[in-house]
Formats: sequence, C-alpha cells, structure tokens
Amino acid sequence: MFTTQNYVVASSLDEAYELNQKPKSTILGGCGWLKMGRRMMSTAIDLSALGLDKITETETYFSLGAMVTLRQMETHAGLSAYFGDCIAACVRHIVGVQFRNGATIGGSIWGRFGFSDPLTLFLALDAQVVLHKGGVVPLSDFVQMPYDRDILVEVRLPKRGQKAVYLTHRATATDFPVLAVALCRTGEQTVCAVGARPQRAARVAREPGESAQAFADRCAQVLSFSTNLRGSAEYRAHLCRVLVRRAALALEEEGNA
Amino acid sequence: MSQKYVGKGLRKSDAHALTTGQPVYTDDIAPAGCLIVKVLRSPHAHALITDINTDIAKKVPGIACVLTYQDVPQQRFTMAGQTYPEPSPYDRLILDQRVRFVGDAVAIVAGETDEAVDRALRMIKVKYEVLEPVLDFHKAKDNKILIHPEENWVANCPVGADNQRNLCASGQEAYGDIDAVLSGCDVVLERTYHTKANQQTPMETFRTYTQLDTYGRLNIISSTQVPFHVRRILSVALGIPKSKVRVIKPRIGGGFGAKQTVITEVYPAIVTMKTGRPAKIVYTREESMIASSPRHEMEVTVRIGAMKDGRIRGIDLYTLSNTGAFGEHGPTTVGLSGHKSIPLYSGNQEAFRFRYDVVYTNVMSAGAYRGYGATQGIFAIESIVNELADVLHRDPIDLRMQNMVREGMCMPAYYGEVTNACALDRCVQRVREMIGWDEKIKPRVLPNGHIRAVGMAMAMQGSAISKVDVGAVILRLSDDGTYNMLLGCTDMGTGCDTILAQMAADCLGCRMEDIAVYASDTDTAPYDSGSYASATTYVTGMACVRACEELRGKILHQGAKMLNLSEDAVEFDGKRVYALEDDTCAVTLADIAYSGQCNCSDVLSATVSHSSLVSPPPFMAGAAEVEVDPETGHVELIDYVAAVDCGTPINPNLARVQTEGGIVQGIGMALYEDIVYAADGTNLSNSFMQYKIPSRLDIGTVRVEFETSYEPTGPFGAKSIGEIVINTPSPAIADAVARATGVRVRTLPITAEKIVRGMMEQA
Amino acid sequence: MKISYTLNGRAITDEVTPAQPLTEYLRSRGCLSVKRGCETSNCGLCTVLVDDKPVLSCSTLTARIDGKKVETMEGLQEQAAEIGGYLADEGAEQCGFCSPGLIMNIIGMTRELKHPTEQQVRQYLAGNLCRCTGYVSQLRAITRYLAEKEEA
Repeated sequence: MFTTQNYVVASSLDEAYELNQKPKSTILGGCGWLKMGRRMMSTAIDLSALGLDKITETETYFSLGAMVTLRQMETHAGLSAYFGDCIAACVRHIVGVQFRNGATIGGSIWGRFGFSDPLTLFLALDAQVVLHKGGVVPLSDFVQMPYDRDILVEVRLPKRGQKAVYLTHRATATDFPVLAVALCRTGEQTVCAVGARPQRAARVAREPGESAQAFADRCAQVLSFSTNLRGSAEYRAHLCRVLVRRAALALEEEGNA
Repeated sequence: MSQKYVGKGLRKSDAHALTTGQPVYTDDIAPAGCLIVKVLRSPHAHALITDINTDIAKKVPGIACVLTYQDVPQQRFTMAGQTYPEPSPYDRLILDQRVRFVGDAVAIVAGETDEAVDRALRMIKVKYEVLEPVLDFHKAKDNKILIHPEENWVANCPVGADNQRNLCASGQEAYGDIDAVLSGCDVVLERTYHTKANQQTPMETFRTYTQLDTYGRLNIISSTQVPFHVRRILSVALGIPKSKVRVIKPRIGGGFGAKQTVITEVYPAIVTMKTGRPAKIVYTREESMIASSPRHEMEVTVRIGAMKDGRIRGIDLYTLSNTGAFGEHGPTTVGLSGHKSIPLYSGNQEAFRFRYDVVYTNVMSAGAYRGYGATQGIFAIESIVNELADVLHRDPIDLRMQNMVREGMCMPAYYGEVTNACALDRCVQRVREMIGWDEKIKPRVLPNGHIRAVGMAMAMQGSAISKVDVGAVILRLSDDGTYNMLLGCTDMGTGCDTILAQMAADCLGCRMEDIAVYASDTDTAPYDSGSYASATTYVTGMACVRACEELRGKILHQGAKMLNLSEDAVEFDGKRVYALEDDTCAVTLADIAYSGQCNCSDVLSATVSHSSLVSPPPFMAGAAEVEVDPETGHVELIDYVAAVDCGTPINPNLARVQTEGGIVQGIGMALYEDIVYAADGTNLSNSFMQYKIPSRLDIGTVRVEFETSYEPTGPFGAKSIGEIVINTPSPAIADAVARATGVRVRTLPITAEKIVRGMMEQA
Repeated sequence: MKISYTLNGRAITDEVTPAQPLTEYLRSRGCLSVKRGCETSNCGLCTVLVDDKPVLSCSTLTARIDGKKVETMEGLQEQAAEIGGYLADEGAEQCGFCSPGLIMNIIGMTRELKHPTEQQVRQYLAGNLCRCTGYVSQLRAITRYLAEKEEA
C-alpha cells in the first residue's frame, strides 16, 4: 500500500495541477494499481469532486471523464449504440464487476500499460485525450509521451462511423491478455492496434486491397513482440497473425451484412 | 441401526455462521492489542548471513522485539504435520544463518502496529555471502553445492535420505522380475511426464496468534489442519515441554493440505515466549505464494509393457521429486506417485518396479497438497495408458476394462492389500455414458474450425495412512440427555463436524441437534492425527461409531441398574431404556444422565481411538470434453463428468461439492497453474494476478455421480473422498487435447502455446 | 481527515487515515465479515456495497466513502441468511471464507440486473474466487435463489 502525508480532494483542476507539480505528488485514479505499490507520497490528489465521472455525447464525439469507471463504459447505452459491442468487449474480462466499479478510464489510459485493453481499443478508435495543460492530444501521440506532471482530464472517442472488433487471447477468462487486437474501419481506412505484446499497443494501417491474412502477417512482421510469463515472443507473433486476420474477416463480414 | 441422517445431504452445522459473516476465523477472534509479527525475507536463493544489524530497527518506536538466527533454539525440526517420528528430515531452524530460497526467513519483527513493523523491517541491515543456488532439480542429486551441509541435520526414519548428496529420500521396491516381464511384452512404451509445483491457495491465508494463558502456558490459535502436530512441533522448535503448549483451531478458511505444514505458528510463538505478549501473524497472499507448502514438482518416467491383445503385464516407474529447500512431506509424497498409480492396473500385472529420488533445491519447500503425490503419478500412468491405447489401436476405456483392478483383487504395488470394495468398473462405465463417449470418441470439427474431443482417466487414493493415523472421539452424555462430542480432527470447511454428528445421531438414535460438537483444542480433544491423508471420515468416523457403541453400552448398564434389571433384559431406543418384557417399565435418558451426576462413580462417557490396518482406496473415473481452437491453442473446457466410489457417501451434498471443487482445482493444474521461478530463483507466481486459479468463467459444466460400494472397515461402509477428486483432470484433459490436435503434452500445464508449438512441429 | 458517511444505515462521522484501504478500516469498526484474500484486487472476498454498487474494499480508499452509503454483511443479515440458506442447501459455502464477499456481490447483482441469464450471473460474479467448491454448486444455489425470488 502507498502512504501519503497529505490527502487533498481537489476543488478545481487548477488546484490539482498546482499540487501535482511537487515531485512527490500523485494524482489518484481508481487506485487498483497504486495500492499495490509502496510509494511514499507527499500529497495524494483526489479528483473525485470535479464531476469527471460522466460520459457525455456531443455531435462529434463521446467524452469520458477521467474518473469514469470501466463498468460505466461497459454498461453505457450510448456507447454501445454507437460502437456496438467492442467497448464492453474490451473491459468485460478485466478481473470482475467490483474491480471495474472502481477502476477508472483516466487511470487506465494515463498508465499507458502494455497489457491495457482499453488503450488498445481506443488507439484503434483514434481516441484523443484532453490534458489540463497540454490540451487535446491524439492518443497515438500520448502513448509515446513521457510521464509528466500534467493531468489527464478526459478521453474523447470521435464519432466517425467507426466499426471496430476487439479480440484477445487469455490463459484464463479474467487474466491479462496474452495478446490484444483491435481493428477499426473508418470509411475506407482500416487500422489495427495490437496490445500486450507485452509492450504498449501500437498501430498498423491496412493497405488498400491487402487481404486479411496479408495484413495480419504484415502486422506480425512490423510489430515487435517479447516474452514474459504469459507467452513467448514467437507465440505472440503467431497470435497476431491469427487474431488480426480473424478481426479483419469479422469486419468484412459486418460490412457485407 | 436405522439411517435417518447418514446418506442425507444435510446442511453443515456451521453454515449459518459462515454465510452470515460471523467472526469465527483466527484473525476475527484475535484479541485487540496483539503484537503484529512479520518476517524479513531473503532476496537470495542461497546465501549465508555474514552480518545482521538490528540496532536501528529495534529503536523504531513501537517495536517489541527483533529476532535473528542468533536468538533461536538450535534444535532442528521439521514443519511437516506428520505422526512422530516424522519421515520428513529435521532440517529447519526457526531462523537459520543459511538462507535457502528467495523468501526464506531472515528475521522476525514484532511491534504495536503494521506501520512500525514495516519501518523496522526496512531498518534491518543484512550482509550476505551470496552462494550459487541449485535451481534445476535434475542437477541436484550429488551436486557439489549442498543445500543442507549442517551437521545437526537428522533423518529420523530410514527413508534413504543423505544431506551430503542433496537427497531428502530415495528408494526402490519391486514385485516380480520387471525386466523379464517387459522383455516378453509385444509393446513396451517409455515416456516421461512432468508435473509442476502448484499452490493450494486456500482463500484464508496462513495465520496464527499466540498468547500466554492464566497458567503461563503458550496458547496457539491457528488456522491449521493438525493441532496436535503443531503442539509437538512447537514444543520441539521452542525447546519447551508439550504440557506448556495448547493449540486451538477455530474455523479454517480452507486447507487442501497447505495447512498440514506448520507455516506461520513458530513466528508469533517465539515472540510471545520472548515478550510474554499476545502476538499475531497474518500472511499476505504474496507470502502465502512464495513461502508456503506447494505441491512437489515431479518428473515421472514410466515404462509399460503390454501384449497385442491388450494385457498390461508390467509397469516400471521412476519418480524424481523436488522437495525444495526443506524436506517437508518429501519422503512420503513420492511414495504415493507409485503406490497409488501402479495398482490401478493390477488386473494382469505380473511385475512392477518403483524407484525414486527426492532432492533438495533452492526453491520454496514443497508440502502437502490434496492428492499428495498420487496426482503426479496418476498423470503419468493414466497418460501412458492413453498413449498405449493409441499404439494398440484400442479404445482407452476398453483397454482399462481389460486391465483395471477390481473388487477382491490383490494389489501388489499397494502393500499387497486386497480391495474389499471397488466399483471402479462401474465408475468407468458410468462416465462412458455420462459423457457420451462412444459418440464423441471421434473428434468433431465445428463450423468455426474448433475441434471437440473427449478424454478420460481413472484414479485411486487411500483412506488414511494405514497403521499410522489415529482418529479419536470423546462422547459424553450431558445431564438433559443430550451429548457432547469432542473431536481432534479439523473441519476445514469439508464438513467433518457435521458428518460425524450425522453418524453419531444414527448410532445413538437421537436428533442431530442433540449432539454438541466441539473441535478442536488439544487440551480438551482426544489425540487425533488431524485432517489429512483422506483420513477423517474413515478413521475418525470409525472412532465415532465405536464411541457410540461403547456409550450405548454404558447407558444400557446404568438404565438396567436403575430398573433393577439385568442388561440383557433392557433395550435403549435413543430416548429411554426400557424393559424388553414391559416397555412401560422405563427410565428416560435424561434421568439416566442425571443419575450420573449424583452419588455415582461411573462417568457416562466414552473415549475411543481408532486406527486402521488397511487404507481402502476410493476409486473414480473422470472424463473431459474440450473444445480446442487449433489456431490459438486455446482449450475451452465444455464438460467434465466424474463417477466416484467413496464407499457410502455419508453426506452426498458435501461429497459432491468436494468432488466438484477437487476437479476444478485439477482443471487449474491441468491448464495453467504453475509456479514459475526466474533465473535467479525469484518466484514470479507471487499473487493471484500472476498465479491464476480458475474463475467461474473458466469451467463449463461439472457433473458428478456416485457409484457406491460398501467398505466393511469403514463407518457405514464409507471410504474417503477428500483427495482422489483432484487426480483425473490432468490426464483426462491431456488425452482430450491429444485426441483433438494430435499433440501429447507431457509437461503440465497444457498451455495454448504448447499446443500450438506441437501442432507446428507436426505440420 | 474527517469524513461523514452511512454504515449499514447509521450516520457516522469519523477521523480517518484517508489512504487506508476500506477493508482494514471496516474491520477496525467491527465489520469482521469483510475479509481480505489478496493484495492484487483479484479475489473479491472484500466486496462491500458503496452507493448500492459492489466494490472491492481493498482497492477503495477510506477517504472516498465520504458522503456515501456503505453496506457490509453486518447490515444485511436477513438477506445474507436467505441467500446463505440456498448455498448451504448445496454445501456450496464449504470453508465459508469467501461467502460474505460472494453474497455481497450477489446482492449487488440483484440490485442491478433483472432476470440475469446463467452467463450473466457467471460474468457478474467472475471476480469472486472460491477454491473449495469449483463454483458449480454455487451456481445451482444462485439459480434456485433467483428463480424462487422471482416466483415470490
């Protein structure tokens, strides 16, 4: 468990931002990860009172406040009406309902964890993050950025008529993925994001006319994979070839239907 | 004797307390103000402590004591909860200058709060001379690096142990001329199978609190399966007489063998002895994963010889077992890998040989886990018989029907015991029907490319350790005609407090609620070895039946005396003793009980100990239907069916749940559970995040039926059920996967990656 | 830090260590039904209801129950006994150590889902580990409980 000298329920983002500039300050998400560490903080900054726990829909995007829980995403009628099952599919396997009632999308995306399911899907959906100082940043840029002392306020899922499929392989139903694949078609463009390689998710665009298998093979070739407890690099590359092909075929089928 | 309760699926008598969250477990009842005890652990797999400075740690406010290897008794002991003299070598100290695995205890800290103790732990400065570890158990025997070079290392029993060779045990036994028999066989297969260390992971982690009582005696309240062994082990470890130790077991949050080893008890106990204060230790899940008592990793090499007509004539089996840093249960678990696998094929067996080595290595010590070596041996035997069926082009069930042990047969590899009760043949046939074997034996490819297939296995276990285990019951008539039953066995959720009352109520002709059960407290209970080795129903159950008989006799005697009749002129119907000739001439049980409290020199009670000369095996068959995704290698368990012969199921509901639970543990073992160490000996499987056990989404249906038999040496014809139920999933699932994909996975767990690799190698 | 919340219907104001896990805080307040089975959010033993939603108390900071409604099994004895009875009729509680967390999540589920299918039940309760039973007896008990509740 972490320890902290001060605990501040921030009353504004500016206050939170100020507090967060001190080296031993930490912004709290759902605390599922933080609590496993032994971090000694000077100030723990709680964003709970800032109304960031809402999912709202505008003309052009869905806005997910940083404190929105994974369970809220999973059960949100608007998200599922627009994006289909992929949103629920990317969180359904994460531990259990109680955990998802606590884990926040802000914490999940800020951490930029390699095993992250939402990060993988959201990359494919071409999400953006809103940082308190940094403003609106494409998620694909954000994943490359070093950890800094800004605050992730919101995640935006643009409404561009995306059709997405989310597939993973796991050793057990509630384990981390051995490999996670999200494929998203927006108009003529298809993009694949592959996570849990076990490095953070990265994207590959499908070339025009490229067959599902060719695309899958290319993904496995251009992306790097490595070995950990859950699988070897070779096996992950193999899974990439299988899952990307399947996702591409599923998208094509959906398009034909 | 009418059976009003035995054979009924009744609720457990503690069910209400457990399901409404009453404070009945160790940590719930520990007094406020206990010192918090924690252990500093070694970061090295093998090292000598050259210097340990606790000065600063001791000055942390709120710290009561900091103990190192310099502060503990120097008498070695074993933490294995076994009958004295323990077959496990005396190779432990509470704290040792030599650390033997990553996580081994280096120092004990006790203080007023968690925070103070955590701070003090960080302040202890340790210098190590880091030594090369032995991490590969194939290389342990006769390695120049010795895990236990110490001179006061002792093996109490002739188990072939030799600390100068890293041997915890070794030996061999044989029947017939195995080489001659195998050379006369049409087919001889040789295969090696490797089962991994697995964690029992009871939901309640290891925990103990200790305090001194009014008489200055050390009271140990602990989540343990073996209170009497805890008492003896602690008296040896602390160098105090047994009369100074009392052990109490409250409700236990699961055991599965994990708590048949003294994991936590020594730490608060020595703190209480040093400080005089109550002390408590509650292991984290991480500690429970890295410094506990998992299943012995074993590599089992089998040679099996058969004729073209299917007769299996000989089995030659060699087991290499990894006991880790200490020898707990090392010499005994390995025995079961042969004794409870080879006899399954006693049908046409002309010879067997069983050899084994148990080696020390620098990983966490292994211990007792449900199945206790039988699980490992049965994976090997059942797998090679499935492979033999392939070679002989025989249906694996038919091959088993031809060779299996049956009722009345002698089992040379099982101490020459004869099966009094054996429904294995019926179990196999039942499973054949339940899973739809004959329709499904040919794998089926589904429209999505997945492949469905079935596989099966048989299993046996024992019922208690013959000529060793002792079960005992004290039964007392109380003044209103109800009874007190004091037990030394330990209900760990499995329900023995309930089923023993079921038996007693039927024996005494009373209502179950008239029997007040209490367990377990070494001060009040009769000596019982404890609940392990599938012993309680069989051994303590028999003690219960005999105690009831004895007490009935005393009740009759007292009643007859009160009626001025001879004992053979009266009968006892559970409520009263009456004259056979005139049933209005009677005395109530309550009056008999009261008579025992006034002007009476006879106590109306019975104390009975029971031990068995035999250990009748329960038998079972299990079959799995899996669906394999041949591209990812993912195995989905669709259906698991089992038919169990545990003799008479005393409480079929509890027997069924034990079976279902054991099967699902076996499924975890088969498919993903594996304790993995890094190259430096660090345990990577140190949490439920990294060591996955099955969730309710990871199993399909599990269906259990009973094929009853009647074991004359057991209570109401009962045999055991606790352990056998974990033995079939690994070989059955491996067989189903092989049938679906052609890939035989001989090293557990059967991961998707291994299946994919196997299929690529085939292609 | 001072917080105000309701615990099993009682309004409470307390000075708390904000980053203390709710599990240990609730146990220190006598809610001993709340168990801890791990440190990694995986086991579900510590489940309590916060504003009617099942959460892992081990992963919830005590500061965060400020202004909320917290329920543990101590406050839901009648419903616990009812559901517990269905479990007990199957022998599905076995060691019982995971029973409070499981039953709390079943209560949470019945507050959120109407007529859940068997798969939905498995999904909802997937975060509640049990090592004794292998789950199937629990599923039988829960299915019966839900069916008979619907009939009543």
